[in-house]
Amino acid sequence: MPLYLNDEQTMLRDTARDFVAEHAPPSHMRSLRDANDATGFSRDLWKQFAEMGFTGILIGENAGGLGLGHVEAGVVLEEIGRNLSPSPFLSTAVAAVEALKGSAQAERWFPGILAGDTVAALAIDEGAKHRPSVSMTAERAGNGFRLTGKKQFVTHGHVADLLIVAARTAGSADDEEGVTLFAVPKDAAGLTATPERLADSSLAARIALDGVEVDADAVIGDVDAGRDPLNRLLRAGRTGAAAEMLGVGGGAMDMTVGYLKERKQFGTLIGSFQALQHRAAHLYSEMEVARAAVLKAQQLLDAGDERADQAVSVAKAMTGLATTLAVQEGVQMHGGIGMTDEYDIGFYMKRGRVLAEMFGDANFHADLLAKAAGY
Amino acid sequence: MTDLDTFRTETRAWLEANCPLEMREPVRTEKDTVWGGRDQSYMTPAQKQWMDAMASRGWTVPDWPKEYGGGGLSAAETKVLREEMARIRARNPLNSFGISMLGPALLKYGSEEQKLEHLPKIARGEIRWCQGYSEPNAGSDLASLATSAEDKGDHFLVNGQKVWTSYADKADWIFCLVRTDRTNKHNGISFVLFDMATPGVSTKPILLISGYSPFCETFFDNVKVPKENLVGELNKGWDVAKYLLGHEREMISGMGLGGTGGKNPLVVGALATIGVDHDGKLADPLLRAQIALFEVRAKAFAAQSERFIDELKAGRAHPAQPSMMKYYGTELNKARYELVMAAGGSDELEWESEASNGGREARAWLRTKANSIEGGTSEVQLNIIAKRILELPS
Repeated sequence: MPLYLNDEQTMLRDTARDFVAEHAPPSHMRSLRDANDATGFSRDLWKQFAEMGFTGILIGENAGGLGLGHVEAGVVLEEIGRNLSPSPFLSTAVAAVEALKGSAQAERWFPGILAGDTVAALAIDEGAKHRPSVSMTAERAGNGFRLTGKKQFVTHGHVADLLIVAARTAGSADDEEGVTLFAVPKDAAGLTATPERLADSSLAARIALDGVEVDADAVIGDVDAGRDPLNRLLRAGRTGAAAEMLGVGGGAMDMTVGYLKERKQFGTLIGSFQALQHRAAHLYSEMEVARAAVLKAQQLLDAGDERADQAVSVAKAMTGLATTLAVQEGVQMHGGIGMTDEYDIGFYMKRGRVLAEMFGDANFHADLLAKAAGY
Repeated sequence: MTDLDTFRTETRAWLEANCPLEMREPVRTEKDTVWGGRDQSYMTPAQKQWMDAMASRGWTVPDWPKEYGGGGLSAAETKVLREEMARIRARNPLNSFGISMLGPALLKYGSEEQKLEHLPKIARGEIRWCQGYSEPNAGSDLASLATSAEDKGDHFLVNGQKVWTSYADKADWIFCLVRTDRTNKHNGISFVLFDMATPGVSTKPILLISGYSPFCETFFDNVKVPKENLVGELNKGWDVAKYLLGHEREMISGMGLGGTGGKNPLVVGALATIGVDHDGKLADPLLRAQIALFEVRAKAFAAQSERFIDELKAGRAHPAQPSMMKYYGTELNKARYELVMAAGGSDELEWESEASNGGREARAWLRTKANSIEGGTSEVQLNIIAKRILELPS
């Protein structure tokens, strides 16, 4: 399979590009922020995503979805990134869908996701840095389980209809085995979600589960074998976050190159200065390499290739490095106005930082790759 | 099964039957690489057997047309062949500037006679080519070159000097940029071919910091070049030169890939010298972190190389994209060798010892420093990206 978008994927990209730019441009994010919006995204927009078919991209045709893959999901995510559009698409239609796929819970939640009514959030992280360990406990209680512990960095966690929760049913925090994944509805007794505004104006919740009781059928996959669906969730989430970062970094780069072509100093366009040209050309190179890494990961995931895990880590780490460069060069080359709230380039820096951290930063994934390579 | 699946199955079987096991071992020294040419001496019978087997199918140049000695494969088939070769870690049977640089230029700009004369000999490794581009006063500003070609009716009379001519002392023929009009900088350059055995051609190797002499100074003193050896139009050689430079940059960018498949030599070397801690991690945590972050870029660049080739074959690549590949690949290769040297410590500083294989890594480390100079410096590539891809103003 050639490493570029095929005709259908290109058509989807054009559709997504037009749609997101029209309905959720950076000014949309800015107006939500200015209104101190308590939801974190527009529910109308989420319905429109559903009408466009986007929310069903990764859901099989037999379940009413489009039955497409990570390349197609990434095409939409890149436009979300480019427009800084607040959306539950990544957590719900990508990561949660991949976790639920093939489980008994899919039937319950997929119709709502397809309709743009349901939002899912991922309660995975327990500390400030993404780690594989899971401490939250899930003790057997009656017909089901009782969950106790804390999670953080749960995007949309305060408004989600469904929380995907990783908890420990056996062993201790750092064990690979003994993890179980649960689908916890938002109205479960003992669950509190406290939304926190992040640097990029998005809302992520700190979640406390204080003896939350769920039925046995809340288990996604098998008890003690939650790493399987969790890893599916993480692969999809990491690849999706990488695709969104391509949009953030690419958007910042395009804006900056555009600025170099219109801003004059010393009586000439600043884009004619070699000092800036070389920095812009270097940035372009990093972004191209990141784009290839993302498409490779998406294609390998869609093919069910055993090399996908490594490619996903490369994609997440590389987009983290490249996008971090893009947003910093963006602010620097814009000069003073790059520091103002009025100008959008700062929003790209903030969003890039959040996505770089999500599902493990570049160091986390470089470390994973090193371990896998035997050093 | 699709036609491509059938092709893969047959190719896999053919490679299994025809690629000698010895030719699936990593390339260790310069002598493991076959460059072809009149003076080609094979280190082992397996080298020749493998070269001949591949050449008999046209697979030294799989995507060239069959009438010029190629395999006539489609882009998709060529990719399958490369994948299947990588799968068994087969060595490249033949490396040459004829394949990577002159061939593509002749396919685009050469006359039918020139294609039939030169391409099959390149494909079979019979003639080794060198490139006469840079001059003492024409480096990054290549178009200021002064080597002259005077019109003498049936031939050109060439006088002047080239420098950084890779393997000029080992090459049979040269493709050379000469000035045919002094009044016009870019539109006064022509692209000619001639035999290095022609009277008046002499070469002098240049000793480099690596202790090796891969480059030469090349002198032309009243060299007669037949008119039929002009490629493309008179005074339009710059177009050919630029097209060929794109292919040269592609080739050099490939160095950023390091070894593909198999164990990573950088990691193997670091583990051998430094060892692991109780968690099985490289016992120098800061070097480990540097290597790990380097490997992220190296693996991402491998994906970019695949993407670039796919886009190129489909005619979707930006014409200036080879500059990006060259810039990134060479800077990556330099970074790789800084890590190789850091991992090897004082062992890798030995210049002549048997243990260091005659200072192999140290010399390779120094050799990489030319990667970002030859074929257009990194700074020239950044200029090209800025102007042609980003369209920044002059």
